[in-house]
Amino acid sequence: MIQAPAITLSGTHTIGDRALFTADMTLPARQWTALLGPSGVGKSTVLRLILGLETGGAFEGDIAASDGASLDGRISYMAQSDLLLPWLSVLENAVIGARLRGDTPDMDRARALLDRVGLASDADKKPGALSGGMRQRAALVRTLMEDRPIVFLDEPFSALDAATRADMQELAADVLADRTVLLVTHDPAEAARLAHQIIVLSGQGVTTWDTPAAAIPRDIQDPETIACQMRLFTHVRAAAA
Amino acid sequence: MRGRDILFAVLLGLGIWQALVIITDAPHFILPSPWRVAQAMVKSWEVILQNAWVTGLEVVLGLILGTLLGAATAIQLALSKTAERLMLPILVFTQAVPVFALAPLLTLWFGYGIGSKIIMAVLIIYFPVTSAFHDGLTRTGQGYRDLAQSMGAGKYQFMRHIQIPNALPSLGTGLRLAAVYAPIGAVIGEWVGASKGLGYLMLLANGRAKIDLMFAALIVLACLTVLLHLAVGKLADRLAKVAQGR
Repeated sequence: MIQAPAITLSGTHTIGDRALFTADMTLPARQWTALLGPSGVGKSTVLRLILGLETGGAFEGDIAASDGASLDGRISYMAQSDLLLPWLSVLENAVIGARLRGDTPDMDRARALLDRVGLASDADKKPGALSGGMRQRAALVRTLMEDRPIVFLDEPFSALDAATRADMQELAADVLADRTVLLVTHDPAEAARLAHQIIVLSGQGVTTWDTPAAAIPRDIQDPETIACQMRLFTHVRAAAA
Repeated sequence: MRGRDILFAVLLGLGIWQALVIITDAPHFILPSPWRVAQAMVKSWEVILQNAWVTGLEVVLGLILGTLLGAATAIQLALSKTAERLMLPILVFTQAVPVFALAPLLTLWFGYGIGSKIIMAVLIIYFPVTSAFHDGLTRTGQGYRDLAQSMGAGKYQFMRHIQIPNALPSLGTGLRLAAVYAPIGAVIGEWVGASKGLGYLMLLANGRAKIDLMFAALIVLACLTVLLHLAVGKLADRLAKVAQGR
Protein backbone atom coordinates (compact mmCIF):
# COMPACT_ATOMS: atom_id res chain seq x y z
CA MET A 1 0.00 0.00 0.00
CA ILE A 2 1.07 3.57 -0.67
CA GLN A 3 2.48 5.33 2.38
CA ALA A 4 -0.29 7.14 4.25
CA PRO A 5 0.44 10.88 4.69
CA ALA A 6 -0.37 13.24 7.52
CA ILE A 7 -3.01 15.88 6.86
CA THR A 8 -3.11 19.44 8.10
CA LEU A 9 -6.10 21.74 8.13
CA SER A 10 -5.95 25.35 9.22
CA GLY A 11 -8.44 28.07 8.58
CA THR A 12 -11.91 29.39 9.29
CA HIS A 13 -15.18 28.00 8.10
CA THR A 14 -18.13 30.36 7.76
CA ILE A 15 -21.78 29.77 6.99
CA GLY A 16 -23.40 32.93 5.71
CA ASP A 17 -21.52 35.57 7.75
CA ARG A 18 -21.30 33.46 10.92
CA ALA A 19 -17.99 31.78 11.67
CA LEU A 20 -18.64 28.10 12.47
CA PHE A 21 -15.13 27.33 13.69
CA THR A 22 -11.53 28.32 13.41
CA ALA A 23 -9.28 25.31 13.47
CA ASP A 24 -5.65 24.39 13.18
CA MET A 25 -5.16 20.64 13.33
CA THR A 26 -2.88 17.90 12.15
CA LEU A 27 -3.89 14.30 11.57
CA PRO A 28 -0.64 12.37 12.13
CA ALA A 29 0.38 9.89 9.44
CA ARG A 30 -0.69 6.25 9.94
CA GLN A 31 -2.47 7.05 13.19
CA TRP A 32 -6.04 7.37 14.42
CA THR A 33 -7.29 10.83 15.28
CA ALA A 34 -10.62 11.11 17.07
CA LEU A 35 -12.58 14.33 16.57
CA LEU A 36 -15.02 15.19 19.36
CA GLY A 37 -17.23 18.15 20.12
CA PRO A 38 -20.82 19.13 20.84
CA SER A 39 -23.45 18.59 18.15
CA GLY A 40 -23.52 21.31 15.51
CA VAL A 41 -19.97 22.50 16.16
CA GLY A 42 -18.86 21.34 12.73
CA LYS A 43 -17.17 17.94 13.26
CA SER A 44 -18.68 16.48 10.12
CA THR A 45 -17.90 19.71 8.28
CA VAL A 46 -14.17 19.20 8.97
CA LEU A 47 -14.43 15.76 7.46
CA ARG A 48 -16.43 16.95 4.45
CA LEU A 49 -13.99 19.81 3.85
CA ILE A 50 -11.01 17.48 3.65
CA LEU A 51 -13.02 15.06 1.51
CA GLY A 52 -13.92 17.89 -0.86
CA LEU A 53 -17.67 17.47 -0.37
CA GLU A 54 -20.29 20.22 -0.34
CA THR A 55 -20.53 21.86 3.13
CA GLY A 56 -23.04 24.64 2.59
CA GLY A 57 -20.47 27.22 3.73
CA ALA A 58 -17.14 28.75 2.78
CA PHE A 59 -13.71 27.73 4.04
CA GLU A 60 -10.75 30.02 4.06
CA GLY A 61 -7.43 28.41 4.79
CA ASP A 62 -5.29 25.45 3.84
CA ILE A 63 -5.84 21.73 3.65
CA ALA A 64 -2.76 19.76 2.69
CA ALA A 65 -1.12 16.35 2.82
CA SER A 66 2.39 15.97 4.23
CA ASP A 67 3.68 14.44 0.99
CA GLY A 68 2.56 17.48 -0.99
CA ALA A 69 0.31 15.46 -3.29
CA SER A 70 -3.39 16.15 -3.79
CA LEU A 71 -5.87 14.41 -1.48
CA ASP A 72 -8.20 13.68 -4.40
CA GLY A 73 -9.00 9.99 -4.62
CA ARG A 74 -6.87 9.08 -1.61
CA ILE A 75 -9.57 9.09 1.06
CA SER A 76 -12.31 6.56 1.58
CA TYR A 77 -15.29 7.39 3.69
CA MET A 78 -17.72 5.57 5.94
CA ALA A 79 -20.77 7.29 7.39
CA GLN A 80 -23.08 6.66 10.34
CA SER A 81 -25.68 5.31 7.95
CA ASP A 82 -24.26 2.24 6.22
CA LEU A 83 -25.46 3.49 2.79
CA LEU A 84 -25.70 -0.06 1.49
CA LEU A 85 -27.79 -0.27 -1.68
CA PRO A 86 -30.83 -2.37 -0.76
CA TRP A 87 -31.21 -3.86 -4.26
CA LEU A 88 -27.67 -5.28 -4.38
CA SER A 89 -26.22 -8.29 -2.58
CA VAL A 90 -23.63 -7.76 0.15
CA LEU A 91 -20.90 -8.82 -2.30
CA GLU A 92 -22.11 -6.41 -4.99
CA ASN A 93 -22.32 -3.65 -2.40
CA ALA A 94 -18.72 -4.34 -1.41
CA VAL A 95 -17.52 -3.74 -4.99
CA ILE A 96 -19.78 -0.78 -5.80
CA GLY A 97 -16.80 1.62 -5.83
CA ALA A 98 -15.21 -0.16 -8.81
CA ARG A 99 -18.58 -0.34 -10.57
CA LEU A 100 -19.13 3.39 -10.06
CA ARG A 101 -15.73 4.11 -11.62
CA GLY A 102 -16.49 1.78 -14.52
CA ASP A 103 -13.67 -0.61 -13.48
CA THR A 104 -13.79 -4.39 -13.26
CA PRO A 105 -14.24 -5.26 -9.60
CA ASP A 106 -11.90 -7.67 -7.82
CA MET A 107 -14.45 -10.23 -6.61
CA ASP A 108 -11.86 -12.53 -5.01
CA ARG A 109 -10.55 -9.72 -2.86
CA ALA A 110 -14.10 -8.74 -1.87
CA ARG A 111 -14.87 -12.33 -0.86
CA ALA A 112 -11.63 -12.53 1.13
CA LEU A 113 -12.45 -9.30 2.99
CA LEU A 114 -16.02 -10.43 3.67
CA ASP A 115 -14.52 -13.61 5.08
CA ARG A 116 -12.20 -11.55 7.27
CA VAL A 117 -15.10 -9.64 8.85
CA GLY A 118 -17.15 -12.82 9.25
CA LEU A 119 -19.64 -12.23 6.43
CA ALA A 120 -18.45 -15.01 4.09
CA SER A 121 -21.72 -16.90 4.27
CA ASP A 122 -23.78 -13.72 3.85
CA ALA A 123 -22.18 -12.53 0.60
CA ASP A 124 -25.26 -13.25 -1.50
CA LYS A 125 -27.82 -11.85 0.94
CA LYS A 126 -29.46 -8.47 0.50
CA PRO A 127 -28.66 -5.83 3.17
CA GLY A 128 -32.26 -5.96 4.39
CA ALA A 129 -31.63 -9.48 5.68
CA LEU A 130 -28.71 -8.39 7.90
CA SER A 131 -28.52 -7.01 11.45
CA GLY A 132 -27.21 -3.48 12.11
CA GLY A 133 -23.78 -4.77 13.09
CA MET A 134 -23.52 -6.99 10.01
CA ARG A 135 -24.52 -4.09 7.79
CA GLN A 136 -21.78 -1.90 9.28
CA ARG A 137 -19.27 -4.72 8.71
CA ALA A 138 -20.38 -4.87 5.07
CA ALA A 139 -19.94 -1.09 4.83
CA LEU A 140 -16.47 -1.48 6.35
CA VAL A 141 -15.58 -4.02 3.66
CA ARG A 142 -16.82 -1.59 1.00
CA THR A 143 -14.54 1.07 2.56
CA LEU A 144 -11.59 -1.34 2.59
CA MET A 145 -12.19 -2.34 -1.04
CA GLU A 146 -11.33 1.24 -1.96
CA ASP A 147 -7.85 0.55 -0.54
CA ARG A 148 -7.10 4.20 0.15
CA PRO A 149 -4.28 5.28 2.49
CA ILE A 150 -6.60 7.65 4.36
CA VAL A 151 -9.92 6.61 5.89
CA PHE A 152 -12.59 8.91 7.35
CA LEU A 153 -15.18 7.46 9.69
CA ASP A 154 -18.18 9.66 10.51
CA GLU A 155 -19.75 8.19 13.66
CA PRO A 156 -19.85 4.78 12.00
CA PHE A 157 -20.62 2.78 15.15
CA SER A 158 -22.95 5.15 16.99
CA ALA A 159 -26.17 3.36 16.03
CA LEU A 160 -24.94 -0.04 17.22
CA ASP A 161 -25.60 -1.73 20.55
CA ALA A 162 -22.72 -1.64 23.07
CA ALA A 163 -21.39 -5.15 22.48
CA THR A 164 -21.55 -4.91 18.68
CA ARG A 165 -19.93 -1.50 18.85
CA ALA A 166 -16.99 -2.86 20.88
CA ASP A 167 -16.57 -5.68 18.34
CA MET A 168 -16.67 -3.26 15.42
CA GLN A 169 -14.12 -0.96 17.09
CA GLU A 170 -11.69 -3.86 17.45
CA LEU A 171 -12.28 -5.03 13.90
CA ALA A 172 -11.81 -1.52 12.49
CA ALA A 173 -8.60 -0.94 14.50
CA ASP A 174 -7.27 -4.22 13.13
CA VAL A 175 -8.13 -3.77 9.46
CA LEU A 176 -7.30 -0.06 9.31
CA ALA A 177 -3.85 -0.31 10.95
CA ASP A 178 -1.16 1.77 9.18
CA ARG A 179 -3.67 4.14 7.60
CA THR A 180 -4.29 7.75 8.52
CA VAL A 181 -7.72 7.60 10.13
CA LEU A 182 -10.04 10.42 11.18
CA LEU A 183 -12.85 9.21 13.43
CA VAL A 184 -15.66 11.65 14.10
CA THR A 185 -17.41 10.56 17.28
CA HIS A 186 -19.42 11.94 20.18
CA ASP A 187 -18.43 9.10 22.47
CA PRO A 188 -15.44 9.81 24.80
CA ALA A 189 -15.11 6.07 25.48
CA GLU A 190 -14.71 5.34 21.78
CA ALA A 191 -12.12 8.10 21.42
CA ALA A 192 -10.15 6.87 24.45
CA ARG A 193 -10.15 3.32 23.06
CA LEU A 194 -9.24 3.94 19.47
CA ALA A 195 -7.38 7.20 19.04
CA HIS A 196 -3.67 7.99 19.07
CA GLN A 197 -4.65 11.63 19.24
CA ILE A 198 -7.89 13.27 20.34
CA ILE A 199 -9.05 16.64 19.07
CA VAL A 200 -11.94 18.44 20.72
CA LEU A 201 -13.56 21.00 18.45
CA SER A 202 -15.53 23.93 19.87
CA GLY A 203 -16.58 27.38 18.70
CA GLN A 204 -13.38 28.72 20.28
CA GLY A 205 -11.07 26.42 18.35
CA VAL A 206 -9.41 23.07 18.88
CA THR A 207 -7.95 21.40 21.96
CA THR A 208 -5.61 18.47 21.40
CA TRP A 209 -5.53 15.65 23.94
CA ASP A 210 -2.92 13.05 24.63
CA THR A 211 -4.00 9.47 24.91
CA PRO A 212 -2.71 6.47 26.87
CA ALA A 213 0.46 4.87 25.54
CA ALA A 214 -1.10 1.43 25.03
CA ALA A 215 -1.64 0.21 21.46
CA ILE A 216 -5.14 0.45 19.99
CA PRO A 217 -7.73 -0.92 20.39
CA ARG A 218 -7.16 -0.35 24.09
CA ASP A 219 -8.75 -2.59 26.70
CA ILE A 220 -12.03 -1.08 27.91
CA GLN A 221 -11.05 -1.89 31.51
CA ASP A 222 -7.54 -0.46 31.32
CA PRO A 223 -7.32 2.18 34.12
CA GLU A 224 -5.47 4.67 31.94
CA THR A 225 -8.08 4.37 29.21
CA ILE A 226 -10.86 4.88 31.74
CA ALA A 227 -9.07 7.90 33.23
CA CYS A 228 -8.62 9.42 29.77
CA GLN A 229 -12.27 8.83 29.01
CA MET A 230 -13.33 10.49 32.28
CA ARG A 231 -11.17 13.59 31.77
CA LEU A 232 -12.47 13.87 28.25
CA PHE A 233 -16.06 13.46 29.38
CA THR A 234 -15.68 16.19 32.02
CA HIS A 235 -14.10 18.54 29.46
CA VAL A 236 -16.74 17.91 26.81
CA ARG A 237 -19.48 18.41 29.37
CA ALA A 238 -18.00 21.67 30.64
CA ALA A 239 -17.55 22.89 27.06
CA ALA A 240 -21.19 22.15 26.27
CA ALA A 241 -22.48 23.93 29.38
CA MET B 1 -62.67 -12.21 0.23
CA ARG B 2 -61.57 -9.83 -2.55
CA GLY B 3 -63.16 -11.98 -5.24
CA ARG B 4 -66.43 -11.91 -3.32
CA ASP B 5 -66.22 -8.11 -2.94
CA ILE B 6 -65.74 -7.66 -6.67
CA LEU B 7 -68.66 -9.98 -7.46
CA PHE B 8 -70.82 -8.06 -5.01
CA ALA B 9 -69.83 -4.70 -6.54
CA VAL B 10 -70.62 -5.96 -10.06
CA LEU B 11 -74.03 -7.25 -8.95
CA LEU B 12 -74.74 -3.98 -7.17
CA GLY B 13 -73.84 -2.01 -10.31
CA LEU B 14 -76.08 -4.20 -12.47
CA GLY B 15 -78.87 -3.82 -9.92
CA ILE B 16 -78.66 0.00 -9.95
CA TRP B 17 -78.56 -0.03 -13.75
CA GLN B 18 -81.65 -2.25 -13.98
CA ALA B 19 -83.42 -0.12 -11.38
CA LEU B 20 -82.71 3.03 -13.43
CA VAL B 21 -84.13 1.33 -16.52
CA ILE B 22 -87.32 0.48 -14.63
CA ILE B 23 -87.71 3.80 -12.81
CA THR B 24 -87.04 6.08 -15.79
CA ASP B 25 -88.92 3.81 -18.16
CA ALA B 26 -86.47 4.93 -20.86
CA PRO B 27 -86.83 3.33 -24.29
CA HIS B 28 -84.20 0.70 -25.08
CA PHE B 29 -82.53 2.91 -27.71
CA ILE B 30 -81.79 5.46 -24.99
CA LEU B 31 -80.91 3.24 -22.03
CA PRO B 32 -80.85 -0.48 -22.77
CA SER B 33 -81.25 -2.95 -19.91
CA PRO B 34 -78.27 -5.08 -18.78
CA TRP B 35 -79.96 -8.09 -20.29
CA ARG B 36 -80.22 -6.45 -23.75
CA VAL B 37 -76.56 -5.42 -23.59
CA ALA B 38 -75.58 -8.98 -22.66
CA GLN B 39 -77.52 -10.25 -25.65
CA ALA B 40 -75.80 -7.72 -27.94
CA MET B 41 -72.46 -8.81 -26.54
CA VAL B 42 -73.15 -12.45 -27.31
CA LYS B 43 -74.58 -11.70 -30.75
CA SER B 44 -71.74 -9.42 -31.87
CA TRP B 45 -68.86 -11.01 -29.95
CA GLU B 46 -66.76 -11.44 -33.07
CA VAL B 47 -66.96 -7.75 -34.05
CA ILE B 48 -66.34 -6.63 -30.48
CA LEU B 49 -63.35 -8.92 -30.10
CA GLN B 50 -61.78 -7.77 -33.39
CA ASN B 51 -62.11 -4.13 -32.40
CA ALA B 52 -61.03 -4.76 -28.80
CA TRP B 53 -57.87 -6.39 -30.16
CA VAL B 54 -57.05 -3.25 -32.17
CA THR B 55 -57.67 -0.92 -29.23
CA GLY B 56 -55.70 -3.21 -26.92
CA LEU B 57 -52.79 -3.19 -29.33
CA GLU B 58 -52.86 0.60 -29.60
CA VAL B 59 -52.93 0.98 -25.82
CA VAL B 60 -50.16 -1.53 -25.10
CA LEU B 61 -47.86 -0.25 -27.84
CA GLY B 62 -48.57 3.34 -26.77
CA LEU B 63 -47.81 2.41 -23.18
CA ILE B 64 -44.52 0.73 -24.06
CA LEU B 65 -43.36 3.50 -26.41
CA GLY B 66 -44.53 6.28 -24.10
CA THR B 67 -42.77 4.69 -21.12
CA LEU B 68 -39.53 4.22 -23.04
CA LEU B 69 -39.61 7.80 -24.31
CA GLY B 70 -40.61 9.22 -20.93
CA ALA B 71 -37.94 7.23 -19.08
CA ALA B 72 -35.26 8.22 -21.59
CA THR B 73 -36.25 11.88 -21.26
CA ALA B 74 -36.23 11.70 -17.47
CA ILE B 75 -32.74 10.18 -17.48
CA GLN B 76 -31.47 12.79 -19.90
CA LEU B 77 -32.96 15.60 -17.78
CA ALA B 78 -31.44 14.17 -14.62
CA LEU B 79 -28.02 13.83 -16.26
CA SER B 80 -27.79 17.32 -17.66
CA LYS B 81 -28.56 20.50 -15.73
CA THR B 82 -28.70 22.39 -19.04
CA ALA B 83 -31.25 19.99 -20.50
CA GLU B 84 -33.25 20.29 -17.29
CA ARG B 85 -33.26 24.10 -17.43
CA LEU B 86 -34.21 24.22 -21.11
CA MET B 87 -36.61 21.29 -21.34
CA LEU B 88 -38.61 21.38 -18.11
CA PRO B 89 -40.41 24.67 -18.84
CA ILE B 90 -41.19 23.45 -22.37
CA LEU B 91 -42.54 20.18 -21.01
CA VAL B 92 -44.72 21.99 -18.50
CA PHE B 93 -45.93 24.40 -21.18
CA THR B 94 -46.92 21.57 -23.53
CA GLN B 95 -49.15 20.29 -20.75
CA ALA B 96 -51.23 23.46 -21.16
CA VAL B 97 -52.26 22.20 -24.62
CA PRO B 98 -55.12 19.72 -24.22
CA VAL B 99 -53.86 16.60 -25.99
CA PHE B 100 -57.42 15.90 -27.20
CA ALA B 101 -57.27 19.07 -29.28
CA LEU B 102 -54.34 17.57 -31.16
CA ALA B 103 -56.26 14.44 -32.18
CA PRO B 104 -57.58 15.80 -35.51
CA LEU B 105 -54.09 17.00 -36.39
CA LEU B 106 -52.56 13.64 -35.56
CA THR B 107 -55.12 11.87 -37.72
CA LEU B 108 -54.33 14.26 -40.55
CA TRP B 109 -50.61 13.64 -40.20
CA PHE B 110 -50.49 9.94 -39.39
CA GLY B 111 -53.66 8.65 -41.04
CA TYR B 112 -56.64 6.57 -40.01
CA GLY B 113 -54.59 3.51 -39.02
CA ILE B 114 -53.40 2.58 -35.55
CA GLY B 115 -50.31 4.83 -35.89
CA SER B 116 -52.11 8.04 -34.98
CA LYS B 117 -53.80 6.34 -31.99
CA ILE B 118 -50.52 4.99 -30.67
CA ILE B 119 -49.01 8.46 -30.95
CA MET B 120 -52.02 9.90 -29.15
CA ALA B 121 -51.53 7.41 -26.31
CA VAL B 122 -47.79 8.13 -26.24
CA LEU B 123 -48.41 11.88 -26.01
CA ILE B 124 -50.89 11.54 -23.20
CA ILE B 125 -48.69 9.32 -20.99
CA TYR B 126 -45.33 10.86 -21.85
CA PHE B 127 -45.54 13.66 -19.30
CA PRO B 128 -46.74 11.66 -16.27
CA VAL B 129 -44.02 9.05 -16.84
CA THR B 130 -41.29 11.64 -17.41
CA SER B 131 -42.34 13.72 -14.45
CA ALA B 132 -42.65 10.86 -11.95
CA PHE B 133 -39.40 9.15 -12.98
CA HIS B 134 -37.45 12.42 -13.12
CA ASP B 135 -38.68 13.20 -9.63
CA GLY B 136 -37.36 9.85 -8.39
CA LEU B 137 -34.03 10.21 -10.19
CA THR B 138 -33.31 13.63 -8.73
CA ARG B 139 -34.32 12.58 -5.24
CA THR B 140 -31.30 10.34 -4.68
CA GLY B 141 -30.20 10.75 -1.06
CA GLN B 142 -27.31 13.07 -0.22
CA GLY B 143 -25.58 10.17 1.54
CA TYR B 144 -25.39 8.17 -1.69
CA ARG B 145 -24.16 11.24 -3.55
CA ASP B 146 -21.39 11.87 -1.00
CA LEU B 147 -20.35 8.24 -1.01
CA ALA B 148 -20.26 8.10 -4.81
CA GLN B 149 -18.30 11.34 -5.00
CA SER B 150 -15.74 10.09 -2.48
CA MET B 151 -15.37 6.96 -4.61
CA GLY B 152 -14.76 8.97 -7.76
CA ALA B 153 -17.95 7.81 -9.46
CA GLY B 154 -18.63 8.69 -13.09
CA LYS B 155 -21.96 10.40 -13.71
CA TYR B 156 -23.23 7.68 -16.06
CA GLN B 157 -22.20 4.90 -13.68
CA PHE B 158 -23.86 6.74 -10.80
CA MET B 159 -27.02 6.99 -12.90
CA ARG B 160 -26.93 3.31 -13.82
CA HIS B 161 -25.96 1.75 -10.51
CA ILE B 162 -27.65 4.08 -8.01
CA GLN B 163 -30.06 6.66 -9.43
CA ILE B 164 -32.08 4.39 -11.73
CA PRO B 165 -32.56 1.45 -9.32
CA ASN B 166 -33.35 3.92 -6.54
CA ALA B 167 -36.02 5.61 -8.71
CA LEU B 168 -37.80 2.42 -9.83
CA PRO B 169 -40.70 2.93 -7.38
CA SER B 170 -41.28 6.40 -8.86
CA LEU B 171 -41.28 4.92 -12.36
CA GLY B 172 -43.93 2.50 -11.06
CA THR B 173 -46.04 5.47 -9.91
CA GLY B 174 -45.77 7.01 -13.38
CA LEU B 175 -46.73 3.70 -14.98
CA ARG B 176 -49.85 3.41 -12.85
CA LEU B 177 -50.99 6.83 -14.10
CA ALA B 178 -50.05 5.93 -17.66
CA ALA B 179 -52.18 2.78 -17.54
CA VAL B 180 -55.22 4.94 -16.75
CA TYR B 181 -54.48 7.57 -19.41
CA ALA B 182 -53.34 5.41 -22.33
CA PRO B 183 -56.80 3.96 -23.16
CA ILE B 184 -58.28 7.48 -23.07
CA GLY B 185 -55.74 8.60 -25.66
CA ALA B 186 -56.37 5.63 -27.94
CA VAL B 187 -60.17 5.93 -27.80
CA ILE B 188 -60.14 9.67 -28.47
CA GLY B 189 -57.91 9.02 -31.45
CA GLU B 190 -60.44 6.47 -32.67
CA TRP B 191 -63.33 8.89 -32.26
CA VAL B 192 -61.64 11.48 -34.42
CA GLY B 193 -60.99 9.13 -37.29
CA ALA B 194 -60.58 5.38 -37.52
CA SER B 195 -61.93 2.29 -39.21
CA LYS B 196 -61.23 -0.09 -36.33
CA GLY B 197 -61.18 -0.12 -32.56
CA LEU B 198 -63.68 0.03 -29.70
CA GLY B 199 -63.98 3.81 -29.96
CA TYR B 200 -64.82 3.46 -33.63
CA LEU B 201 -67.32 0.68 -32.88
CA MET B 202 -69.04 2.86 -30.28
CA LEU B 203 -69.45 5.73 -32.75
CA LEU B 204 -70.67 3.35 -35.43
CA ALA B 205 -73.20 1.70 -33.12
CA ASN B 206 -74.36 5.10 -31.91
CA GLY B 207 -74.92 6.27 -35.49
CA ARG B 208 -77.05 3.23 -36.20
CA ALA B 209 -78.99 3.58 -32.95
CA LYS B 210 -77.59 0.26 -31.72
CA ILE B 211 -77.20 1.58 -28.21
CA ASP B 212 -77.01 -1.93 -26.74
CA LEU B 213 -73.92 -2.63 -28.90
CA MET B 214 -72.45 0.71 -27.87
CA PHE B 215 -72.87 -0.24 -24.21
CA ALA B 216 -71.34 -3.64 -24.89
CA ALA B 217 -68.26 -2.01 -26.46
CA LEU B 218 -68.05 0.41 -23.53
CA ILE B 219 -68.12 -2.43 -21.00
CA VAL B 220 -65.42 -4.33 -22.86
CA LEU B 221 -63.31 -1.15 -22.95
CA ALA B 222 -63.75 -0.72 -19.19
CA CYS B 223 -62.73 -4.37 -18.64
CA LEU B 224 -59.64 -3.85 -20.81
CA THR B 225 -58.67 -0.79 -18.79
CA VAL B 226 -59.15 -2.60 -15.49
CA LEU B 227 -57.06 -5.56 -16.68
CA LEU B 228 -54.34 -3.20 -17.84
CA HIS B 229 -54.47 -1.34 -14.54
CA LEU B 230 -54.10 -4.60 -12.59
CA ALA B 231 -51.20 -5.81 -14.76
CA VAL B 232 -49.35 -2.51 -14.53
CA GLY B 233 -50.06 -2.39 -10.80
CA LYS B 234 -48.34 -5.77 -10.43
CA LEU B 235 -45.38 -4.49 -12.44
CA ALA B 236 -45.17 -1.34 -10.29
CA ASP B 237 -45.21 -3.46 -7.12
CA ARG B 238 -42.44 -5.59 -8.56
CA LEU B 239 -40.34 -2.47 -9.33
CA ALA B 240 -40.81 -1.22 -5.77
CA LYS B 241 -39.74 -4.61 -4.39
CA VAL B 242 -36.64 -4.72 -6.58
CA ALA B 243 -35.60 -1.32 -5.23
CA GLN B 244 -36.12 -2.55 -1.67
CA GLY B 245 -34.09 -5.69 -2.37
CA ARG B 246 -37.02 -8.04 -1.80
